[in-house]
Amino acid sequence: MKFIPLLWSNLTGKKLRTAFTSLAVIFAFLLYGVLAAVENAFSSVDLAGNDRLRMIHKVTVVEELPVHYFDRIVATQGVASATYASWFGGEYQNATNFFPQLAVHAETYLDVYPEYLVDPEQYERWIATRTGAIAGRELAERFGWSIGDRIPIRSTIYDQADGRDTWEFTLEGIFVGEDGVVDESQLFFHHKYLEETNPWTDGQTRWFVIKVEESASSVDVAERLDAQFANSGWETKTSSERAFLQSFINQVGDTTAIITSVVGVMFFVILLVVGNAIAQSVRERLSEFAVLKALGFSDMSVGWLVLGESSLLCGASGACGLVLAWLFVQVGDPTPGILGVFHIAPNDMIAGLLWAFGLAVASACVPGVMAVRMSITAGLGRN
Amino acid sequence: MGAFIAQFAVVAMLGVRTLPTRIGASVMTLVGIAGVVAALLVVLSIASGLDEVMLNSGARDAVVVMQAGSGGNEMASTLELPATRAILEAPGIRRQGERLAASAEMFVVVDVPKKSTGTDAHVPLRGVQAAAPFVRDGFRIVSGRSFEPGKNELIVGSSALRQYEDLEIGSVKKWGDVEWTVVGIFTAGGSVAESEIWCDVHVLQPIYHQGSAFQTLHARLASADAFAAFEEALSTDVRTGVVVSRYSDYYGGQSTTLTATLRSVGSIIALLMGVCAGFGALNTMYAAVAARSREIATLRALGFSAAPTVISVLIESLTLAGIGGLLGGAIAFVGFNGLEASTMNWATYTQVAFSFQVTPVLLAQGVFYALTIGLVGGLFPAIRSARLPIATALREA
Repeated sequence: MKFIPLLWSNLTGKKLRTAFTSLAVIFAFLLYGVLAAVENAFSSVDLAGNDRLRMIHKVTVVEELPVHYFDRIVATQGVASATYASWFGGEYQNATNFFPQLAVHAETYLDVYPEYLVDPEQYERWIATRTGAIAGRELAERFGWSIGDRIPIRSTIYDQADGRDTWEFTLEGIFVGEDGVVDESQLFFHHKYLEETNPWTDGQTRWFVIKVEESASSVDVAERLDAQFANSGWETKTSSERAFLQSFINQVGDTTAIITSVVGVMFFVILLVVGNAIAQSVRERLSEFAVLKALGFSDMSVGWLVLGESSLLCGASGACGLVLAWLFVQVGDPTPGILGVFHIAPNDMIAGLLWAFGLAVASACVPGVMAVRMSITAGLGRN
Repeated sequence: MGAFIAQFAVVAMLGVRTLPTRIGASVMTLVGIAGVVAALLVVLSIASGLDEVMLNSGARDAVVVMQAGSGGNEMASTLELPATRAILEAPGIRRQGERLAASAEMFVVVDVPKKSTGTDAHVPLRGVQAAAPFVRDGFRIVSGRSFEPGKNELIVGSSALRQYEDLEIGSVKKWGDVEWTVVGIFTAGGSVAESEIWCDVHVLQPIYHQGSAFQTLHARLASADAFAAFEEALSTDVRTGVVVSRYSDYYGGQSTTLTATLRSVGSIIALLMGVCAGFGALNTMYAAVAARSREIATLRALGFSAAPTVISVLIESLTLAGIGGLLGGAIAFVGFNGLEASTMNWATYTQVAFSFQVTPVLLAQGVFYALTIGLVGGLFPAIRSARLPIATALREA
């Protein structure tokens, strides 16, 4: 601890250079944090409940299933509860304001998705209002909505009976996620409103979500459900929610995976550059370390000083970059809604700090060993 | 005067000529800048690849007619038979021999596993009429044959063939209760049609309970100028209730959000990393100035002004950055140009295949960005070199 002032004065000897190096580390770890959040968005399958199944039309989710399947589904052995929903594909104000809107069977949706928490009073009002909707906290904050607001949304999929494509919803509630990873950028409204207003969808839905009694038996339940509807007018394909989301994400994620891996590689390139800058600055000051040795510092303690200096620089700057990334992510998804869930997992933060210390060790390594091995006379003779 | 310029040039080039003595740090700077440029170009090349597919998806005289209010989504549109007939009566549709170059179509989605992930992806299945190839530019059956009218046969776009599993000629696909056989592969001038699977629309209608209705009508006009009259005729005909769009507007509009997002993401990444690389360059150049301080001071003592040394520092950093930029461009070009991938078309929720396009314009942008980093990274050290106190610098060990 008593060496901290010494480390500090070593670092502040060339203020400008230290500032630049520190800023480079900060930016590198800012990038790292944001990248981790983007990766998270595309692995949001982790949000899928292990005990939930998705049932879609056998050909594709774009085809519809009859709502009356609901009764037969909940009566199936092993099914705890079920609900259904349809993708609305709407735009709010303009095409770039993308966020997911789902027409859901309001009475059952939150039973199957208990991680969306709504104030009971707001929930009751939503259930009672045909055109009512509930929005995630993040979404409501993004557009400054408050309870009672009228929200017009233009659907790219459904028209109303009179041909208008803009639907109006009344915001009756705001839901929050049970924990930080729940997607709060969604809007839910009554499936009945969709069916009544768009005559072609009456009695149709895009998918069912089924909660099984025991997650261990989910494969059996899925098979039982599909067998039940085999050879009917609408055959079904039931898979775990995880598998369903994974295949959906894969459709977008291919390209994203390429981007993240390229940027990931470049992160290491930047570390290389920064590490070199740090090593170089230590090499230039080897004569100062020789002075310390002349004053009676042991070989090893000089080595520790070099490592301490780079650890202080990288650790502080890296932590600072990670905090900045965290703040950036708090502001919300920078894309027009493509990312959905956008957060940095605690694990990524820890890994980031480890990378920062890895950088410190790697850049202190060569000049540190040089500082340990050099003789006082040789060191003092260096320029 | 000539001698002055010659001396000026010699001093200005000193930085670059003494570069090999500082090779380690210089290479690091170069690699850092190369990395930044490569990352920037890879992201932007996705956007230009998508543009290539979506914006080149048709000549100016190709149009798509959809039900009004379908929000630019073919799947949401319905054209009843009488409306379809009324559209065909409108003036301006090109004649292809005896027939009109117009195809009433259906657009549905089927799930096919993607090769890269092994999971299902939404692939567009388009039911077309015989004139469909005349509407698309550069349509050609490259192997096999076209589907026979009335049969459950498929022809597969060349991009779709490469992106999805089991679409080779002879493959049998079962979607719902219906079995299909792939009989041919087609290309369509690199347009979005190559991401699609085609079949006879009259086979598709009963499967999707459409009766005699279609979803859209694709047509080629006699000329690009015929658009106004065609649109006018459709908007005044009460039987139709449709909107008409040029292909370029229709498909271009589908990808603008995605390409704009990619471009801003690419720029943000490049900016963040560029700042890091810039700091790397600053460090290297400050060290270079420090290493050359005695030499610079000597030149100043001999009577040279600050200008040539300032320029020598700038030339050194610009050279490093320029080489880094070219290297990064080369990495992006060799590693990614032409790489095929597919992503979600958010307008129709189907897959669109594209290839990364590292265009000359992008390469120029990358090198320009590298030089900007080099200029900023060299500027402050250059100023320091000008302000070097001559006496102290000469005395430095």
